[in-house]
Amino acid sequence: MVSDNTIDGSSIVSELKKARVSFVIALPDIVTCDGLLWPISRDPDFELITICKEDEGVSICSGLSYSENRAVVMMQHTGFLDSINAIRAMGMDYQLPIIMLVGLQGLEPDYSPNESSKNGVRIIIPMLELMQIGFHILDKQSDVSSISDLIDSAYKKSSPYVFLVPRAPL
Amino acid sequence: MTMLRDEALELLATHCPDEIVVPVYQSAFDWMKIRPHKLNYLCTGAMGQASSHALGLALGCTDQKVLILDGDGSLLMNLGSLVTIGSCRPKNLWHFVLYNGIYEVNGEFPIPGGFETDFSSIATASGFPRSYNFDNIEELRKGLPEVLAGPGPVFVCLKVICGKHYPRNYETIHDARQRASFKAALATRLAATRS
Repeated sequence: MVSDNTIDGSSIVSELKKARVSFVIALPDIVTCDGLLWPISRDPDFELITICKEDEGVSICSGLSYSENRAVVMMQHTGFLDSINAIRAMGMDYQLPIIMLVGLQGLEPDYSPNESSKNGVRIIIPMLELMQIGFHILDKQSDVSSISDLIDSAYKKSSPYVFLVPRAPL
Repeated sequence: MTMLRDEALELLATHCPDEIVVPVYQSAFDWMKIRPHKLNYLCTGAMGQASSHALGLALGCTDQKVLILDGDGSLLMNLGSLVTIGSCRPKNLWHFVLYNGIYEVNGEFPIPGGFETDFSSIATASGFPRSYNFDNIEELRKGLPEVLAGPGPVFVCLKVICGKHYPRNYETIHDARQRASFKAALATRLAATRS
């Protein structure tokens, strides 16, 4: 069981800016829409690209990475599952810095992702481990402060990275 | 009327000797031989993703012309990307689809819709300000200057049949050295353009 601390969405936005993320590629996710996506859509420091399907976002980030533009793809965990082949190709095979912010829609309050009764949520962490993709769970406010360093590190190493968002930031 | 793919690509190469080009599958194998260049972006990884890679390149390199040489089957796998591109409207993106009606590198089986799909109309309806169709080389020769002039995004459907058989060099299109070479060439190009 985990505590049900809430997270301030603006602190995540600040961390993205600190990491010099200038593009946000997104398909709306119910967990992150109000607290992150809407504020980002109104923020002139980001260029927001809305997409029709999440694997598009993985590939757009791949293209952007060659010109040293930093980007984050926002999606729901179902979109992550739908994009596995693109993430396998661009993240695992090509080792490109694809940064994903993944909302865990349906995760029960006070449960960790691995304890969820929802199949789609429960299999996310085992899949990331199997794919050897680094991840960080934004479970409480103190988890936010490392976001910029983790993005920096992913770009320096040229490797994919996932931030899991279990509950809606406020 | 129809035209040979390699003839169409050779013609395009004369107009675009130095542009960033994102070709896929058989078009990539042909293009690598017809216009070998460090700014050929060959590593699109998953089928259907070329248009999205190219959009990322176009957004990140707004002062460079970016061309996609898509396949018909590939485009069908990522048809929503037309709406995404039509919505972003990058002025520096040209999306060519080589329409031969088959999954050529996967057993030459027909694509859904055969030759009945009107890709250019879909592109127009998705927000591309200009869309073109060509099915013979002389019309393409006459039309290319207009196609390539002015701002994008532009969509071009080329109805083709297979021409010369170029070797399917999968090793190169997935090679880490190719990606490193593209990245270095792009950095050099951007530095030269922006200095």
